[in-house]
Amino acid sequence: MQQLKRCFLSFVFFFGLWVLLTGISDPQEIITGAIIACLASSLFWSSTDLWGEVQINPKAILYALIYPFVFAEALIRANLDVARRVIAPSLPINPGIVKVKTKLKSRIGKLILANSITLTPGTLTVETNGENFYIHWIDVTSPDIEEASHQIVQKFEKYLEVIFG
Amino acid sequence: MAVTGAIITLIGSLFLFLGSLGLVRMPDLYNRMQTGTKATTLGSILFLSGLAISQSEFINIDKTIVLILFIVFTNPISSHALARASHFIGIPLTEKTTVDRLAEDEGKE
Repeated sequence: MQQLKRCFLSFVFFFGLWVLLTGISDPQEIITGAIIACLASSLFWSSTDLWGEVQINPKAILYALIYPFVFAEALIRANLDVARRVIAPSLPINPGIVKVKTKLKSRIGKLILANSITLTPGTLTVETNGENFYIHWIDVTSPDIEEASHQIVQKFEKYLEVIFG
Repeated sequence: MAVTGAIITLIGSLFLFLGSLGLVRMPDLYNRMQTGTKATTLGSILFLSGLAISQSEFINIDKTIVLILFIVFTNPISSHALARASHFIGIPLTEKTTVDRLAEDEGKE
């Protein structure tokens, strides 16, 4: 079951990339892509154990579809915030490196969480160590671990927890 | 279509400009990285999508999605690696810095 899941997820990934690269105009290309994606995912399923941590259930799929929008909203908001700081003559920054804790257990979940934090301007993952993330924050509102975790991590964690566990 | 695309491209380039302005204005490496590598994320995304919308007969929208995905996956990893390496070799933070938990925890070990 676990093998089938990994196989299926890597197939979806390979095939999706193929479709994005070639387009959906020609059925011959689609069929070739499907066959090659099938072969590749069945040959290499053993080295794709990261996929095993992805949850497949209706709620996880729904959250996976919502997540890009949640992320985009955070990205735009943070971009405007950093842009405002750059323009303001007094340069209102209050930087520091804070420590936050995450509840996520899976490696792929932590990876995506750290990357989401880094991609949002104003926060930058400097180091990760188990459940602790060290984050350079352009405007430290609170050096407290709980409070910083709440402000930086929680908006992403809520969704990633369901998708990756 | 062309006008919409042009407006989106313009907004994107505005973010790219603010990113480069941040490079000049910010006081230390970490804050420069905040603006220099990441204010450009939204900038590049908007720039590429605007280009795809206005030039839709030449550029496929799906190739733009692939480009955006590559930016989204590679950008945070490179900036994380840079920040980690520079903290590791001890590049100082600006005087405005309020707290440095990573240095505190490294000192303990």
